[in-house]
Parts: sequence; C-alpha cells; structure tokens
Amino acid sequence: MNQYQAFYQRIDKALQNDQLRRNFRSAMDGIRERRLAQFPDDRELQTLRFQAKGIRNRSLSRQAELLERLETKLTENGIQVHWAETPLQANARIHEILEAEQATSVVKGKSMVSEETDLNHYLEQRGIEVIESDLGEYILQMAQEPPSHIIVPAIHKNRFEVAELFQKFHPEQPYTDDVDELTGCARQVLRKKFAYADAGISGVNFAVAETGTLCLVENEGNGRLSTTAPRIHIAITGIEKVVEKLSDVPPLLEILTKSATGQPITTYFNMISRPRQPGEKDGPEQVHLVLLDNGRSRIRNDDELLDTLRCIRCGSCMNHCPVYVHVGGHAYGTTYPGPIGILLEPQRLGIDKVGSLTSACTLCGACGEVCPVRIPLPKLINRLRAEAVEATPGDNGVPGTGALRSRSEALIWKLWKQIYTRSRIYSAFKYLATRLRHIKPPISNGWTRYRPIPTPSSKPLSELARQQGYDDE
Amino acid sequence: MSSARDNILQRLRGNRVDLEQPEQNIPPLEAWSAEQRITRFTENQEAVHGEVHTLPADQWIDWLAKELPKRGLHQVLTGTGDTGNQLGASNIESCVFHQYDQPIESWKPELFSQIDVAITGSRCGIAETGTLVLMPDRDEPRLMSLVPPVHIALLDATKLYQSFAEVIEEERWADGLPTNTLLISGPSKTADIEQTLAYGIHGPKQLITLLLV
Ligand code: SF4
Repeated sequence: MNQYQAFYQRIDKALQNDQLRRNFRSAMDGIRERRLAQFPDDRELQTLRFQAKGIRNRSLSRQAELLERLETKLTENGIQVHWAETPLQANARIHEILEAEQATSVVKGKSMVSEETDLNHYLEQRGIEVIESDLGEYILQMAQEPPSHIIVPAIHKNRFEVAELFQKFHPEQPYTDDVDELTGCARQVLRKKFAYADAGISGVNFAVAETGTLCLVENEGNGRLSTTAPRIHIAITGIEKVVEKLSDVPPLLEILTKSATGQPITTYFNMISRPRQPGEKDGPEQVHLVLLDNGRSRIRNDDELLDTLRCIRCGSCMNHCPVYVHVGGHAYGTTYPGPIGILLEPQRLGIDKVGSLTSACTLCGACGEVCPVRIPLPKLINRLRAEAVEATPGDNGVPGTGALRSRSEALIWKLWKQIYTRSRIYSAFKYLATRLRHIKPPISNGWTRYRPIPTPSSKPLSELARQQGYDDE
Repeated sequence: MSSARDNILQRLRGNRVDLEQPEQNIPPLEAWSAEQRITRFTENQEAVHGEVHTLPADQWIDWLAKELPKRGLHQVLTGTGDTGNQLGASNIESCVFHQYDQPIESWKPELFSQIDVAITGSRCGIAETGTLVLMPDRDEPRLMSLVPPVHIALLDATKLYQSFAEVIEEERWADGLPTNTLLISGPSKTADIEQTLAYGIHGPKQLITLLLV
C-alpha cells in the first residue's frame, strides 16, 4: 500500500465514524468561539501577532548563540543540559539519567516532543513504569491511542467512552459518566502515582536564555506536580523553543493561551530555574533539560520553510481547518496533525514517507489567518506540494523531494503547457473542447467518485465575456 | 553527548538566518488606579472560579477563624514564615495546624491525603489577568499551593501590578529568578472530557484570595 492509499484509508475510516465527527465538530466550534471572544479588537490582535512573530524571528535568527547562553545559564543555576540529534539519542539519554538514579517509575506532564520520540514505549520496554498525568493523555494511555490534537489530546472521545475506560482499568471505582465525578476519580488514581513516582518528565513551552528558566503552561496542575513531587525532573523540548529575554515571555504567553483555548491566561504558568536549594523542603534534587534537534536545524536550510520553526504549538490552525475538523487528528497518522502537521511532518520525516499529507488541504487560508506567529501556512503547504513533485530535486533540505512525482501527471501538465502557450494550438483546442464537450473521460475516483464530471460550456470564456460587454480579455 | 551538541550548534551556525523582526511598540495600557486594579483583579479571578475577599490587613486571622470551621476545613497546612507563625499562635477552634517544617520525603503520603487546606502568602498580583504570583521558598514550599484541595493565599493590595510585563520589569526578574516562580489564576481545572470544565483535577479545587487593603 503506498502512502496515499494508507492515508485515504484512514480518512475513510474517520469519515464513516459519525460519533467521532460529532465529537470533533462540537469541540472545535466551542474552541473557536472562545478564541474569538478573546480578540474583540482586530487591530490589537494584528499588532500582537506581529509582535509575537518578531520575537520568534529574533530567537531563530540568533538561535545558536541563545542556546549556548541558555546552556550556560541553566548550568550556573544547577540544571543539567543534554543535547540530542535524534529521537533515539534523546530517549537513550533520558533512560541513562533514570537508570543512574535507579528510578523505576515516571509521571509525565504533557509533552508533544516526547510523543515525537515515542519515549513512553522506549522506557516501558526497559522496565520503567510511565504514567501520563494530563487527564487527556491518561485517557489515551488507557485506550492505547496517540493524541488526536496537540492541546486537547482526547478530544475525539466522549464521556461515555471515557467512563468505559475508567471502568475497565479502575473497577474499584464506581461507574460514572458524569464529567465532574470522572475528574474526581482521575484525581484519586493519579494522586497515588504522584506520591511515589521517582521521576517526572515534562515538556517546555519557552526556555528563557536570559535567566535560564523553563516555562510550562497548563491548567491542570499535573505539570507542576510532575516537576515538583518526584526527586528527579527531566524536561524535554525542541531546540526552537528558546527565547532571548524574560520580557519576551508575556506577549508570547498571552497570544498562546488566547489562541489555543481562548483563555486570557492558563491556571498555572510554572517557571523553573533551579533544582531544590539547600534548606528547601520540596522540589526535585535534579533537574535536566534535553534539547532535541530531530530535523529542526535542517529546516533552516530553506529561507521560506524556516518560518515553520516559529510555531508555538497553540493548535489554532487545526481548530480552524475544515479538513481537520472533519477527519480528526488520527487520520493524519503523524505526531502533529492539522495544518502544522502537514507542514512540519514531511520536512521532518520526508516527503517520500508522509508527503501525501499535503493533499489534505483546501488552501482556504484559515490557518494562516489565525496563526498567532503569522506562519504563512497555506503558502508553505503549497510550496511543499511543489517540492513533492519536483523534477530535479535540489539540495534544499526537504528530504524526499520529488518523491511524489508521477510520470503521467507530469506528462499531462507538459502537454497542457504546450497547448496553453501557443495561441494557434490553443484556439484549435478551444474549438474542439467546446464542440466535443459531451465526450468526457470515464474517471471514477477522487472528486468524480461522488459527483458527475461537469460538461464544458458550449462557448469559451473569452467569447462569453465579450458577449457580456467586456472587451479586454 | 558533546558531539550532538557540537553538531547541532554547527548546523545552526552554518545556516545563519536573519529574519525580519517587525517588533511593534505596543501602546502601553492606560494606567489603572489602585481601586481599578483591585476591581479588575477580583473580576478576573472570579471569572475563572476563584474566590476573592477584600479585608482590612489586620483581619485575615479573624476571617479564617470564622470561615475555616464553617467550611469544614480542619487540617490546616501552614508555612514556617511570618504567616505560618501567626496562624500557629492563633487559636482557631476545631483547626489543627501542621507546619511544613520537614522535607517532603518524610511525610509525602500525609500531605497527599490528610491536609484540607494550605494557607500561604504571595509575592504580588496581576490585575489584568487576575493572577497570583508566588515564589515558593524554604518557609512556604512549592507543594503547599498545589496538593491540598483548598488553597488560601494572602495578597497585599499594594502589590497589585497591572500586567505580567510590568511585574517582570518592576521586580527586576531579569536579574535572576529563584527555584520556582508561579503564576496562578484560579483553581486547577481541565476540559479534557467533552470540553466540559471540571475543577480540582490535580491541584486545588478552590482558590481563595484574601486581598488585604
Ligand atoms: S502553526 Fe501557528 S496556528 Fe498552528 S500550532 Fe503553530 S503557532 Fe499555532
């Protein structure tokens, strides 16, 4: 099965699941309304977006310098810094840290980068118990499913499905499908894990070079627990998350939470600068930061595509994507779904592996309009489509360039070019197309699977326009 | 893994980029008066399910003496600083005070299961978002504001800033930050099941600010 077939199969499966579509639809409608309510003044929103873009661009322009500064500062503060080029390196490093401390149980806060490296499986295979503590992630861990949204990972499940999972995994708790009671049940179950876990693993939203501070954004408090209750804290993040100054943080935080969930601020903004100091009575004795590259530095090769790295992972682009809203996150089959996934994953994993994702875009432009850091997503997705069928793959950094080029498609376009650029041949083509308009090729896939092939008009557009009184074509 | 480090940095240096930085000068918010800051803080905290009580500075113990028994909060966790000592010396009927005076390792299970409420101070507040700023330390450790089901925080109304940016500047955070700095806006919550809000998933179910004027 080629990647297109696999992708389309997943889409079909998603589209046939009415429950799933209803769950997504209502969730996305809600989030969109809440976001909009946070930006009553469009001028202010645009100013904020420009500012956020500027801050992220400054960080990217000075990334090497800032990462070194971050490392120096963190080290001064007593936080140990580790670098990893690949997911495997990151996982192995984390395992080494745990092993050296004889840590056998881990609680995790939400981290998309750890999804990227498939850290849970790696550790579990080595005998370490890993518990996801974000409620959504915990539900998915019971269901053994990956997240379907980067902010609200279990968005595809309704409360009855959640209730069933709790009943299966925690039969000692009375059955309930009441959201409040389910939440209470999760609190009970997870508290016990927090009370004895050896290590906590978390992501990072911003890493501040100026002060050597790791910032985490969350509502639940599980991020705080994971980074405070166990004796070891390991944070893992992508190298693009570094920002220069503390004063860069408030504007980014504001636009992140407003865009992501429509909140003016999240319940907790947790800034960690040191491990436990002498005399302090809680907090981890050791704090580690793992900086993961995994293709990010390569993305900088391309002047246009490097805009991808500005992303602050708010999820807004998926909430507003007409394709995502219908098919949900799992259909994409990659860690990051939706527009940012379409843009990022082929650059990370290769067009030859997941380039077909670029077809899941209507180029409607919604994602580009809402992106808080003004990533021109539609333009870049279109650019990747071009890369995917490139005839002479150059060395521009995108792996698998040209992998989706099809000979017949290329031939048709070549033919069309010949016709379209020669006025005599084009006139002949117009004449034939309008006269023979009832002869249509029997194509029965894609668009035409559910719709009739339209019949060309009996008169070419230029003629119709003239009749309407337009003299200039 | 220094080679990974060198490789990454080398690649980043090799791909030097100079991106446009359209940094805008955001017009500063109109300055709010002290009363406005109190009003905004209260409104915003309440909007996220927090409780705010404005009290004269010398009456917070009286307030607690009245409210704690009424709310059935008996096992009270306090810090070892000023706030904690004053509370310990007070004689609130039906309350047992526990001072957080031992490292967590020696009493983790009790903290997680037996405390009803923790009472802490706070560093300052942010009116624009209804936020409490805490810098936990030896006297008031990090887990106090997180593990017990109810968190009561004292906030000096003269320490209400307008915005987060203002806090960073006025409190000179760029010079260095302590182990942990927290912005807390409301009780712990989740919307992970059907986007329905539920409180107290991991942290406190109730956050009560005593705003001292
Ligand atoms: S691409 Fe933009 S909208 Fe999408 S997650 Fe990233 S920052 Fe948010």
